[in-house]
Amino acid sequence: MDKFRDSAHLIRLAAVFMLGAMVFVALRTVVIPKSFGRYGFYRGDALQEITSRPVAYAGHDTCEGCHPDVLAVKSKGVHAHVNCESCHGPQARHADDPGSVKPSRPDVAKLCVRCHSENIAKPSGFPQVDPKEHAQSQACNACHQPHSPGFDGEGQK
Amino acid sequence: MTLNRRQILLLLPAAAVAWEFVLAGTPEESPNYKSSEHWWGMLLDITKCIGCGSCVRACTMENDVPAGYFRTWVERYHVSDWHIENPIVDSPNGGADGFLQSNLTGGKNFFVPKLCNHCSDSPCTQVCPVGATFHTDDGVVLIDYNYCLGCRYCIQACPYGCRFFHPERHTAEKCTLCYHRITKGLTTACCESCPTGARQLADLKNPKDPIHEFLKTHTVQVLKPHLATGAKMFYNGLDGSVR
Repeated sequence: MDKFRDSAHLIRLAAVFMLGAMVFVALRTVVIPKSFGRYGFYRGDALQEITSRPVAYAGHDTCEGCHPDVLAVKSKGVHAHVNCESCHGPQARHADDPGSVKPSRPDVAKLCVRCHSENIAKPSGFPQVDPKEHAQSQACNACHQPHSPGFDGEGQK
Repeated sequence: MTLNRRQILLLLPAAAVAWEFVLAGTPEESPNYKSSEHWWGMLLDITKCIGCGSCVRACTMENDVPAGYFRTWVERYHVSDWHIENPIVDSPNGGADGFLQSNLTGGKNFFVPKLCNHCSDSPCTQVCPVGATFHTDDGVVLIDYNYCLGCRYCIQACPYGCRFFHPERHTAEKCTLCYHRITKGLTTACCESCPTGARQLADLKNPKDPIHEFLKTHTVQVLKPHLATGAKMFYNGLDGSVR
């Protein structure tokens, strides 16, 4: 009769654990995305998906590259710090293809009033008017040049 | 060389681990933008905000925000002379169309532009059960839209109310700090379109950024500092009644 050995059941138990570990590792390999953990505890490709979104606002540097004449007028006036696309809207498509994508002219009746109509909550130093009383049905750009809306000493625009 | 059954069993897990690395492939080349070199925040100057809503419209157009939802919005505060703890706040259409003259008189009145605070200890990322929302190395809180289950837990958790449920994508949605722009060297759409400079993107890791001088010379506060969220939207001229 062979000598009794009590290790046989331990080997079977170890085999079951080993199988479990292998299934875990295999599943983990399949389920976890390849880019997970590339930058941190998240899927790295998610960053690429977010950054690949096209830009709509080209940025004032892009505008000023092609329109130095407007910049020259604007930089002398009180609207010097107002970026182009603040009034003209998103123009990245125009910047990409200036020939075929033409920006529409902003509607002064809506545009100027949005910033310059009187409001109790606006900073008191900000120039604001009651549009009906101030303009009396005239268009804003009948008197003001939007790129430099202030008046010089002789009352010229 | 011959292997017995036990040796093969011992080798299999090691082979499985090795195979995982084979599948993971080689890491991609790093782009020009190095996220570890930036730490993004924003300066919001209440003393300059005129409530024109340019930022709200710009954000909507830049990021295709669905109508009726806002990644950024502007609130108008009316703090009466006698009860400063209960301000009257309105934000018609998120302030996107500007504000009509108020019929309230007296008191203190001002505009507060709001957006995701991109907290460095954000409650929204802590509660996500699937890890779909995360912090990037440059301090921006983003959502992995493929991972998001749409359980809305993060929307409840944000103390600033900056998240919403995207009605078509059926995931949580929030301000990305125009991550597709700032990684290309542009400023955010809201900062680009702000006519008075009330909003300014700030890179706190850039020593040349004017934010550092501003923070030293002004009394600047974040929203709900008692929650210790590590908010990075710095408000100049913030009234104590703002929640």
